[in-house]
Amino acid sequence: MLDGRMATRRRAGARLWLSAAWLLVVALAALLAPLIAPHDPLAQDLLLGRLPPVFIAGSEPGYLLGTDSLGRDVLSRMIYGARVALVVALAAGVATCLIGSALGLAAGFYRGWTDRIVGRLVDIWMAFPPVLFAILLIAVLGASLSSVVLAIIVIDWTRFCRVVRAETLNQSQMDYVNSARVAGFTRLRTLLTEILPNVMPVIVALLTLEMGIAVIVEAILSFVNLSVSTDAPTWGGMIAEGRIAIYQSWWVLAFPLVALFLTVLSFAQLGEGLRDRFDPVLR
Amino acid sequence: MAEAIFSIEDLQIEVPDMARKPLFGPAPRREILKGLSFEIARGSVLGIVGGSGSGKTTLGRALLRLMEPTGGRIVFDGQDITHLSDERLRPLRRRIQMIFQDPMSSLNPRLTVGRIVAAPLGARSSDPRIAEALDQVGLSRAFAGRYPHEISGGQRQRVGIARAIAMRPDFILADEIVSGLDVSSQAQVLNLLERLVAELGLTLAFISHDLSVIRRLCGRVIVMQAGAIVEDAPTATLFDSPAHPYTRELLDAIPTPDPSVRW
Amino acid sequence: MSAFLEIRDLSARLRGTRERVLRSVSLQVPPGTVRGLVGESGAGKSMIGKAVLGVLPRAVEIVEGEILLEGDDLLKASPATRRRLIGAKTALVPQDPLTALNPSRRIGRQVTDRLVDILGWDKARATTRALEMLAEVRIQEPERVMRLYPHELSGGMRQRVLIAAAFAAEPKLIVADEPTTALDVTVQKQTLRLISELQARHGTALLFVTHDLGVVAKICDRLSVLYAGKVVEDTSVEKFFATPAHPYSAALLAATPRHTDPTSSLRPVPAAVLDAVGDEIAAADAAWRPHG
Repeated sequence: MLDGRMATRRRAGARLWLSAAWLLVVALAALLAPLIAPHDPLAQDLLLGRLPPVFIAGSEPGYLLGTDSLGRDVLSRMIYGARVALVVALAAGVATCLIGSALGLAAGFYRGWTDRIVGRLVDIWMAFPPVLFAILLIAVLGASLSSVVLAIIVIDWTRFCRVVRAETLNQSQMDYVNSARVAGFTRLRTLLTEILPNVMPVIVALLTLEMGIAVIVEAILSFVNLSVSTDAPTWGGMIAEGRIAIYQSWWVLAFPLVALFLTVLSFAQLGEGLRDRFDPVLR
Repeated sequence: MAEAIFSIEDLQIEVPDMARKPLFGPAPRREILKGLSFEIARGSVLGIVGGSGSGKTTLGRALLRLMEPTGGRIVFDGQDITHLSDERLRPLRRRIQMIFQDPMSSLNPRLTVGRIVAAPLGARSSDPRIAEALDQVGLSRAFAGRYPHEISGGQRQRVGIARAIAMRPDFILADEIVSGLDVSSQAQVLNLLERLVAELGLTLAFISHDLSVIRRLCGRVIVMQAGAIVEDAPTATLFDSPAHPYTRELLDAIPTPDPSVRW
Repeated sequence: MSAFLEIRDLSARLRGTRERVLRSVSLQVPPGTVRGLVGESGAGKSMIGKAVLGVLPRAVEIVEGEILLEGDDLLKASPATRRRLIGAKTALVPQDPLTALNPSRRIGRQVTDRLVDILGWDKARATTRALEMLAEVRIQEPERVMRLYPHELSGGMRQRVLIAAAFAAEPKLIVADEPTTALDVTVQKQTLRLISELQARHGTALLFVTHDLGVVAKICDRLSVLYAGKVVEDTSVEKFFATPAHPYSAALLAATPRHTDPTSSLRPVPAAVLDAVGDEIAAADAAWRPHG
């Protein structure tokens, strides 16, 4: 029989697999960096400076993506840079998600004073200009990987909180929540077994989005030298360096930029793909 | 006369009227239920009829203690439950169950039918009681693995019934459960309820805005208007000689499948 | 008497499948008469109304047939002509008065919009007309109501506004898609009487979609019973309620509760009847060869 709502079937396959594949590549690069990087990312050799990548004339074998002005291998630096990107994405993403979602769920479900306090907190917090806040934080804590992660968490948890709260409020109106009350569930159990599964799609979507944002924020901070110390290579740092010599060696900027783009895109698509594949309502 | 499973005395519910709240100070109170008194005999089927705004849904929620009365008493099986806390109510919950109007929002869309029916029992969906409940409502066991959006409206409503009866309650409140169903599904659900009431010895309160479905199922009917009970009578009496003008208006408004009387 | 609306052998299916959702539907609605479309949910009755108004969901495509509005085939017309014909000659009374009205615009604008934007009337004429129509649907203080927002009106009043809006441009055909399903039974009676009265007074043809046979008895002249997109019976209302010809129609009647008869039992449509009509559908599908 024909239902008024006609679900459009999505091709769950492509989106999920492609994005997962790229992220797997990044993860492997990060984990196995010392084993797979062809050169030491910090080793400088001025005689081999600004070598083009292997598909352009004038390259040297062994430096697949070329070298930068100090003779450091671009590919190796990218592989090591993946470490920073991934750590930031996972640490900042997951922590922001946990804090923001927990507060959002509590505020949306329990209402009353919990909601009022969390609401005020979010409003006041969001009144601080985020970029200034991040810079201030890092200035106080010193530039390091952990201060970058902390800065992202501190700024972005409110994003989760607001959205999760709204969705929780929505779901709390549903009769299946009343049904759980009638069945004698405790409120906590209702929150965890009835509401959480229905807020999960929103949380997962936000989480993957947040991971992409974290990678970009780190890149921006590197670009302005507020991220990890300049020794360890980061994609943002490479972009900053590459910008200076862009006419002579465009590859130093281009490749990390592409990697950044693909990674952020993959995080976002992963979220959609997971939802297509696993959300029972869409099947 | 059978003993009363529910005894309602002068039940009042007021809520703050947020639409009229002044900038400073509390909102004025709006009376939704204005002092209702009636009894529900054990093993009977009571019809609760009224239009929107009559308070019938609020009454239903009050009976299930989903709302706390602001006045009066609700006595369930000899026990005063009017102001019991959630904690103290919990052991009683198993005995007072409800079936909701909109099967789409009353079934958790991300749980399978089996888990939905099993959850209030604290059981797994493989528990035999689940299969038994599904059998009793005429759904095959295969339904346990399906999701609410994969089955029809009538079937979803039957899942709601299965969930309610699986707990072997004493009393069930059915809140407009056939309003959105077409005529054939409606007939199936009503016949099912009739059978279950007889087989399981249930007491049933059936809320509806449609008197035509009430006649078959209910032994007694209370008619509500604007938060008060305007008529409380056995079904036959109500239909044959309605006392209150509003009751007559409701009866009159039913479109009978008889083309000789036109509107 | 030539029909104002004539549908001939209309078939439609879900895009990308072979499954027909409308199976060679034919019917005629003479001017000024009321035709009921009845059936259970999913039977396709709403689909027919949407096909006439040109608002079928994107997933459904028409594969065969003609929809003639005063002799003009809507399906063969260019999209611009079709829009013009439908806009000028038809109107819709929708099912849910809450979602059919824009919550952030005043009532008056919503009634006059169509007159001004689509029919090209000037504002003054449109406003006068809107006030007339609101009075005709018995809304008190029409000037005041014109300035209100939808949420300030009750469900019944909203539906009356929608009825006023539908009749305002004097369409020749109105499609009413379950217009009283969301209303209380007493409000339903008032609304149906209103629709009947306006229909008679303005001489509008009415295509009335409903699942409630009682409603059909009260306001329709003829009806078509639908099952799985196929018309299984097409007859006058008197004949139908006296002696329904098709077993499925008889089963639907038997399933309709009658409050006046305490001994009536509620009989769902028997499986045997569903099987039989299912076979009919299968046979019709097998014999179907799309023309052209």
